[in-house]
Amino acid sequence: MTATTAQTRPKRSLVSRIPLFEQVRSSIGLQRGMLIAGVVITGLFVITAVFAPLLAPYGFAQLRSDGTPFGAQEAPNAEHLLGTTVGGYDVLSRVIWGAQTAILTIVVSVILSIFAGIFLGLVSGYIGGWLDRVLVVVCDAIYAFPSLLLAIVMSIVISGGRSDLLGGILAASISITVVFIPQYFRVIRAETVRIKSEAYVESAKVIGTRAPRIVFRHVLRNATRSLPLLLTLNSSEALLTLAGLGFLGFGIEPTAAAEWGYDLNKSLSDVTSGIWWTSLFPGLAIVLAVLGITLLGESLNDLADPRLRGRRAALDTGAPTADNGAEPHGAGATGERIVADDASTADDEERVS
Amino acid sequence: MSAETTDAVTNDSDIVSIVDLRVTFATDGGAVRAVDGVSIAVRPREIVAIVGESGSGKSVTAKSILGLVPSTATSSGSILLRSRDRSRTTDIVDASQNALRSLRGEDVAMVFQEPSTALNPVYTVGWQIAEGIRAHGSVSRKDAKKQAVDILRRVGIPDPETRVNYYPHQFSGGQKQRVVIAMALVLNPGLIVADEPTTALDVTVQAEILDLLRRLRDEFDTAIVLITHNMGVVADLADRVVVMYQGKVVEEADARTLFASPQADYTKQLLAAVPHIGQGEARAAVRTQERLARDSSTTPVVVARDLVIEYPGRLGRGGFRAVNGVSFEIKEGEVLGLVGESGSGKTTIGRAIAGLSKVTGGSLSVLGREMLGIRERAFRSARVDIGFVFQDPASSFNPLLTIADCVAEPLVVHGRAADSRDARAQVDELLEAVQLPRTFGDRYPHELSGGQRQRASLARSIALRPKLLIADEPTSALDVSVQARVLELFTELQREFGFASLFISHDLAVVDLLADRIAVLYKGELVEEGTGAEVLGAPQHPYTQRLLASLPVPDPIEQQSRREALHRLQAVDG
Repeated sequence: MTATTAQTRPKRSLVSRIPLFEQVRSSIGLQRGMLIAGVVITGLFVITAVFAPLLAPYGFAQLRSDGTPFGAQEAPNAEHLLGTTVGGYDVLSRVIWGAQTAILTIVVSVILSIFAGIFLGLVSGYIGGWLDRVLVVVCDAIYAFPSLLLAIVMSIVISGGRSDLLGGILAASISITVVFIPQYFRVIRAETVRIKSEAYVESAKVIGTRAPRIVFRHVLRNATRSLPLLLTLNSSEALLTLAGLGFLGFGIEPTAAAEWGYDLNKSLSDVTSGIWWTSLFPGLAIVLAVLGITLLGESLNDLADPRLRGRRAALDTGAPTADNGAEPHGAGATGERIVADDASTADDEERVS
Repeated sequence: MSAETTDAVTNDSDIVSIVDLRVTFATDGGAVRAVDGVSIAVRPREIVAIVGESGSGKSVTAKSILGLVPSTATSSGSILLRSRDRSRTTDIVDASQNALRSLRGEDVAMVFQEPSTALNPVYTVGWQIAEGIRAHGSVSRKDAKKQAVDILRRVGIPDPETRVNYYPHQFSGGQKQRVVIAMALVLNPGLIVADEPTTALDVTVQAEILDLLRRLRDEFDTAIVLITHNMGVVADLADRVVVMYQGKVVEEADARTLFASPQADYTKQLLAAVPHIGQGEARAAVRTQERLARDSSTTPVVVARDLVIEYPGRLGRGGFRAVNGVSFEIKEGEVLGLVGESGSGKTTIGRAIAGLSKVTGGSLSVLGREMLGIRERAFRSARVDIGFVFQDPASSFNPLLTIADCVAEPLVVHGRAADSRDARAQVDELLEAVQLPRTFGDRYPHELSGGQRQRASLARSIALRPKLLIADEPTSALDVSVQARVLELFTELQREFGFASLFISHDLAVVDLLADRIAVLYKGELVEEGTGAEVLGAPQHPYTQRLLASLPVPDPIEQQSRREALHRLQAVDG
């Protein structure tokens, strides 16, 4: 026993505690490529949004510089790297500013839905009974609503259809929220129902722990495992809904904020007359942003699951077996259990001899 | 015969010869050598048992014979497998997936630990057996089914013509294992690898399956590689025993020789750790004396009178009566051992005493509170005096809290400490009481081994100095040697803290070691109750007699005579 006393847990270095660093380090092959691509694209997206005022050559609603108008449908040139739109806006600036609107929508919709969804899921799953049944039926009913229809109704309710920045973002966010709450609710509820019967929850009950403490100390933290994936998938869906609203004409006024969907809508007539730059770049921005976030979420999900995570093939280094005992469990992944059934090395202290 | 033969050890008559096998796993913590230079040969018609604790590499070795190692593993060495008629020899380590597929089932087959997961629930057992036949040659559906019926009859499934069309859930656990064995046998392989074939079964059923496996050798001329941690099973079945430890073969000997005169230190300790019936009698007598001397007028902590516990059924169906009219009591400072097979209601009784299951009839009084119709609010104050140790130490700790946080939880909940940091001094004391180093408090549950975790679980359950401790199969998930230490610790703690205890187990020998009195449950009813000497020495109820006779003892010679006694008992029962 004295031998194991000496092995205290090594403190994780500062670098490895940066989110995503550990994941990138532990991944290999295609999974690593997917993760890095996701991180890079999403990172670019976020940086563009944050530094839009610095990056964009013009304002999103700017029509003239030094008193001279930009001119409409100008092909890409030195003044306007990506050309101008039919309304006379600079395409590059609109695309860059659009990232800001997109991020705002994502943040607002996720914040609005995640707390309510998690709370309802926990309560419904833990208490069960008729409350659970009613909530599940309500959530199922909500799935029947197309989110775009909800968004249109919301935008009419909030600002009579034509909206400013706040109104547009809220319309998209709230409509998405209504659809998202059931998703968070379902995921958390399913986890809660599973965890409720785990022995550690029962042992908390036997001790005499009150329900709120059980729910928040024991259930909640263990139930949030699949949230990162859902979060990223929902983010991309929020983005698509916003773009869809803008495309349908329920988006944000060009003078209030830049919005990719609106720009796409306005560029419809350009396509037939051979003007490609007004539609290509906002469209590309939507595709890239959604792709980046989805790649990030999918690869995080794969890496968190030891059954999906790839590993380097073991090299037969000829190291004696006894050495393996000195490194019981690595980065704290419970995943080792899968192969650890017979390869487990943690039992060295207990073994006879 | 085979050019690949690299070692003088290999013999052409061996059905399989493993030479210097090494298997390495890639894990997040680096490469782990699970099997390290193992050489084993199995002769035709021989039952070789590979024993060892979890992590010894016994399962990996045996699964390697079928080429069933996970994709994260790399193997070296050679495994020469010969077919029954010696017409082909394959080196499994180098064989292609296609070659492996064609020889699995024909030359070697596997019997799995858990029969309920080894069978596909949506197909009939006949279909599943036929599937194996048709995968190895063009046999018509009708012929395959005929063969399936035949093999089911030979493994002792009654009325196989009808049962061949049954789904797995229509069979009992023991019958399911028979079906799994039938699936392994149907192509008449020369070798069967059985991975803990009886671990998931009750003792009485285990005895039947062991008989069946013995018949496989005698009637089918099949060699068997048996993986098990149960020394009683080894003594009952094996001709030769291979003891593995940390991926290496520690000892290999004839079964009788091994049990009579083990050579390696590890084997000696392994055998000494196996609990025997009859060890506990003297201890129990001493304890009873001590208790009576201390206090002659002990009040019972738990009193059950005609206790009935029913689980509600589905709409329109009656409930399931798990416990039916059970009466017993536990006095202060007394250990009551509750023994029964799965489904006997033993766990349900434990959970009812802890207020986790509802009592539906009769009367159950726990620490002076009537549990029939009690509300959680009224019972909460009594929880201070009740400790509970769960079966699986792996799942009874919140994986996101440190051991210190988990052990401090009862202290914090009942206001004995403000938070887990405040309770740390007490936690350290508790960890010391269960012989864990203080530094383990800062570890997370997954960083401890099973035995260490179960000791931490004991620490948590005694944190509030309870008057009653309920232990629900606390050692059944542990290795034998670890089990011995945890049981010893339990005895020490019980002596020191003087709590009354309900000790639930399916293992008669374990209960005998600890309990002052033993109660035997059978199908929800209490069939026998008394001291260890009464119940195990002179069992009155036929079920207890059968249970006792079915328990394999770790001694091949004694086990043989016991086996014969059991057969006589079964013949009397009809």
